[in-house]
Amino acid sequence: MNEFVQGLRLWFAPQRIREEGDTPDYRFSLANERTFLAWIRTALALIGGGFAVDQFLPELAWAVRAGLALALLAAGVLCALRAVNHWVRCERAMRRGEDLPVSRFPTLLALAVGVVAVTMVVVVLFGWEGR
Amino acid sequence: MTTAGRDPGLQPERTRLAWRRTTLSCTVVALLAVKQALHGGAGPAAIVAVSLSALAWLGFLWVAHLRVLGMGTARPRPLSARGALTAAACTVALAVFAAAMLF
Repeated sequence: MNEFVQGLRLWFAPQRIREEGDTPDYRFSLANERTFLAWIRTALALIGGGFAVDQFLPELAWAVRAGLALALLAAGVLCALRAVNHWVRCERAMRRGEDLPVSRFPTLLALAVGVVAVTMVVVVLFGWEGR
Repeated sequence: MTTAGRDPGLQPERTRLAWRRTTLSCTVVALLAVKQALHGGAGPAAIVAVSLSALAWLGFLWVAHLRVLGMGTARPRPLSARGALTAAACTVALAVFAAAMLF
């Protein structure tokens, strides 16, 4: 938790990243940046999915539709915030010459996407309509 | 770009294209947001929603544009934390608008 708070402080005081360690090879920084962008795209895709559920499934009951959309949107927000956090931590680890941070977030995200997909299948199969 | 100091792995180009892909994803989401906002007709609330979505999209484009310009050198500087935060904030803003428009 302490580590997390420290990371959060780095978000808003970026110059402090530059104070410690050595500047890594610019190619490593660019690779880290592309990983960050890939996570942002994942977040955007989840948010787009949230919009799509709301727009293209009008025959669903409102509660089911809103629940699915909110789950996807929440996953998207988490993904975007986590992208920044992971980018900061990787950048710092590279400057300090430490191992890159490991994370259980990909597993959690995969499970969440799986749950949403199974829910969609159930909803479609059993015609859970709000008429 | 000078060809002498050019990275044979084309890292700056790949990063620039990654920004391009990301802005395209952002454009799709922003268009979905606009479609959603105009769904119930163009009332004052819809206009505000469209403007806010456009603002989030423009914020993202602005960060991406600065970054793409920064990629024009042989050894680009690392991404600034402010750029990363702005990109993430625009993404989160679009999600918040989506959630707000559900109700």
